Amino acid sequence: MRTQPIGDVILDINNLSLRFGGVKALTDISFDVREHEIRAIIGPNGAGKSSMLNCINGVYTPSEGSITFRGKTFSHMNSRQVAEMGVARTFQNLALFKGMSVIDNIMTGRNLKIKSNLLMQALHVGPAAREEARHREFVEHIIDFLEIQAYRKTPVGQLPYGLQKRVDLGRALAMEPQVLLLDEPMAGMNVEEKQDMCRFILDVNDEYGATIVLIEHDMGVVMDISDRVVVLDYGKKIGDGEPLAVRNNPDVIRAYLGNAH
Amino acid sequence: MFYRENGQFKTSYAADQQIFPIAQDRIAILVILLLAFVVVPMSVSDYTFQAVLIPFLIMALAALGLNILVGYCGQISLGTGAFMAVGAYAAYNLQVRIEGMPLLLSLLGGGLCSMAFGVVFGLPSLRIRGLYLAVATLAAQFFMDWLASRAPWVTNNSSSGSVSAGQLSIGGWAIDTPAEKYLLCLGLLCVLGLLAKNLVRSATGRNWMAMRDMDVAASVIGIRPVYAKLSAFAVSSFIVGIAGALWGFVHLGAWEPAAFSLDRSFQLLFMIIIGGLGSIMGSLFGAAFFVLLPLVLTHVPHWLGLPLSTASATYIEHMIFGALIVFFLIVEPHGLARLWSTAKQKLRLWPFPH
Amino acid sequence: MAFFLETLFGGLMVGMLYALVALGFVLIFKASGVFNFAQGAMVLFSALAMARFSEWIPQWLGMAPGMLGNLLAIIVALALMVVVAWLIERLALRHLVNQEPITLLMATLGIAYLLDGLGPLIFGSQVYSIDVGMPKDPIFILDGMFEGGLLVSQEDLYSAGIAALLVVCLALFFQKTKTGRALRAVADDHQAAQSIGIPLSRIWVIVWSVAGGVALVVGIIWGSKLGVQFSLSLVALKALPVVILGGLTSIPGAIVGGLIIGVGEKLSEVYIGPMVGGGIETWFAYGLALAFLLVRPQGLFGDKIIDRV
Repeated sequence: MRTQPIGDVILDINNLSLRFGGVKALTDISFDVREHEIRAIIGPNGAGKSSMLNCINGVYTPSEGSITFRGKTFSHMNSRQVAEMGVARTFQNLALFKGMSVIDNIMTGRNLKIKSNLLMQALHVGPAAREEARHREFVEHIIDFLEIQAYRKTPVGQLPYGLQKRVDLGRALAMEPQVLLLDEPMAGMNVEEKQDMCRFILDVNDEYGATIVLIEHDMGVVMDISDRVVVLDYGKKIGDGEPLAVRNNPDVIRAYLGNAH
Repeated sequence: MFYRENGQFKTSYAADQQIFPIAQDRIAILVILLLAFVVVPMSVSDYTFQAVLIPFLIMALAALGLNILVGYCGQISLGTGAFMAVGAYAAYNLQVRIEGMPLLLSLLGGGLCSMAFGVVFGLPSLRIRGLYLAVATLAAQFFMDWLASRAPWVTNNSSSGSVSAGQLSIGGWAIDTPAEKYLLCLGLLCVLGLLAKNLVRSATGRNWMAMRDMDVAASVIGIRPVYAKLSAFAVSSFIVGIAGALWGFVHLGAWEPAAFSLDRSFQLLFMIIIGGLGSIMGSLFGAAFFVLLPLVLTHVPHWLGLPLSTASATYIEHMIFGALIVFFLIVEPHGLARLWSTAKQKLRLWPFPH
Repeated sequence: MAFFLETLFGGLMVGMLYALVALGFVLIFKASGVFNFAQGAMVLFSALAMARFSEWIPQWLGMAPGMLGNLLAIIVALALMVVVAWLIERLALRHLVNQEPITLLMATLGIAYLLDGLGPLIFGSQVYSIDVGMPKDPIFILDGMFEGGLLVSQEDLYSAGIAALLVVCLALFFQKTKTGRALRAVADDHQAAQSIGIPLSRIWVIVWSVAGGVALVVGIIWGSKLGVQFSLSLVALKALPVVILGGLTSIPGAIVGGLIIGVGEKLSEVYIGPMVGGGIETWFAYGLALAFLLVRPQGLFGDKIIDRV
């Protein structure tokens, strides 16, 4: 039984279209995300799923349509604003800061919460030093949660892929997000690693109460943990609803398996 | 055996985040500081001060400043000479035009002017990067070269084009012996170095490194690219400006625009590549290498009985620098600093192999 | 009016030479994605080689210095540049495959310093002269249209002509030949090109040799005009704004950019210079480049730079 029942619509995508020159990455996409739910976005490769997340984060500017977050509508998002509104994400290709250690990577997630200015940090006196220690403590909780204590001082570039994925998640968690966008968090993982990651995602949703938007290819995972599913194909929405309903949708089956000849 | 962390457990995060968490390092630093501030002034010759130690300290400061911009924040700059020049001329103008201006304030003013110049010429970094940014910073270099030699107000209407700093003093303390000049530079290096180290291990430093490593992800986390890049330019040129002022006032005494030419920019870049990008220690190593190499090249062949003309020595110096740059970029992009920390790692295990 | 045209002509001819240097940059960038800061050093090195060999070869072969000696010197200098290209590929580039552009740029800076030291060490550091038989006297042209005609330097005319010829040849080489296509593939993606069987090492040696050859031509032209001395190495710095203006990947861009910068420099120095104390030539090119960088970084003809996440 989940601790926090699914609430009202927190994120609403309205008729979103995205064009790159002649290529239409997204065409007229509309769906909503409810608070505290786990919403999966699935679809074949190239369907536009990552582009969708990039629009939400302000990395891409949509050609048409708008995004409504907590009642406020935007025609395009500004990355910093989105972060301030409590939206965090992980990346398909792990955009970790290769030159820094695990703990420093996760600490960058605390960036918005750190209030001391440049001069105070340079002097490292009283309030600045105490604030640094406080944020360190918060990050250590995340490190405990993700079970990566042994690696905290290791440069992330030296870690195996599965652990890097956890650091990516940790960095997003450090932002104390209300909405967490996960871009293929389980790509390249074996069964045990996937189980661990599922456990983390469910815990984040349950304990921290974060709304999760999840791009994932593993159908088993999607069926198991998501509340509702959106299906994209070639930039268009072809399915939207509860997992079982979506799985039995003939359009969805056709998109994945192709037409029978 | 000696360099162990055994028994040194940290009980607070603040303790873990110190600059020198290992006790042996703390002792070593204290010893070095003691030697530097107390023993050296009493025992070293004037020549060593003027030819080795003072240039080393000032170049180390400049390299430190450049490293913040290039090594930590990943913004290439080939205009460092210009920033040094701005610092030097601004400090000079403050010193000469304002009656009774304290030396430290002039130096600070030089740094602030250089900071402003740096922020302005750092604006292109908001739109371009890499090679293109390098070209933009070259524009700063050539522009300043021209300004310093053509705009009379820069040199306080000096007819010869060169300026001289005159007598230096702080409060009542006249700084005229090499040892005193050395102490001034050492003091400034320690203070600014500490400030820089603090910045680099705090949120500001992390944001800089995030911009360097992956700027799209950085903005998604909420880091503002404009603030991060411009603050790097600002802090970097502040430090470089003060170094430039010191170079003119303390090391050269009197100077012309050519003292801060493009060659200087390249030399500083080489220092931080060889010393180690993204490392405070690396800036010191690079500066030391740069100051010591010409001396080695002039003296060692002499001891070995092989005469080497000064011109040849300069050319060989060029070649060694060039070759080392390529060598380090291929073999150890993190420079001497990485070699040093690898050595320390091995030392921690010594005498065991692993 | 006549004076304006003379200035214009002068600018065009200097611009042609800038274009030639810029071409060396564009070649190497198109073929390896590397921005070769060492181009200027290569100009100096090759010019020094040619200047000295044109003295030494007649001595070694016991003949009088003259056109034959010069020709042999050019051939030897060219061979030397091929050796240099081979060494650069072997010792440096090979180990830096697929590194970030900024690393490669700094590596070429290192190579530049190396050549700047090696050249004078081997060949000597005085100012040497090159005489390849270009007529030094200025002539008057277009004296039908303008009274007395316009004064232009024959040397400049010949240089511009040679430069234009070289540019056309290189442009054709890139566009029409198989090797040219392979070079463009390599510029796009080292590893991809390697994986389809393009012999990266050989391509790079070819390209750097060609760039070395271009450097030699530039060195001879400018060396014959100004004498072979250290300032030749700084020629490269003038060419940077040219490639920014024209676009790093465009051969026609290098030409157009060179001409624009050449003319712009001369005109601004003559007409705006006196108002601000002169010396504008030193940074006009960079100012223009800066303006372009802020507004249109890919230059007039370059490929648009796209960053994908």
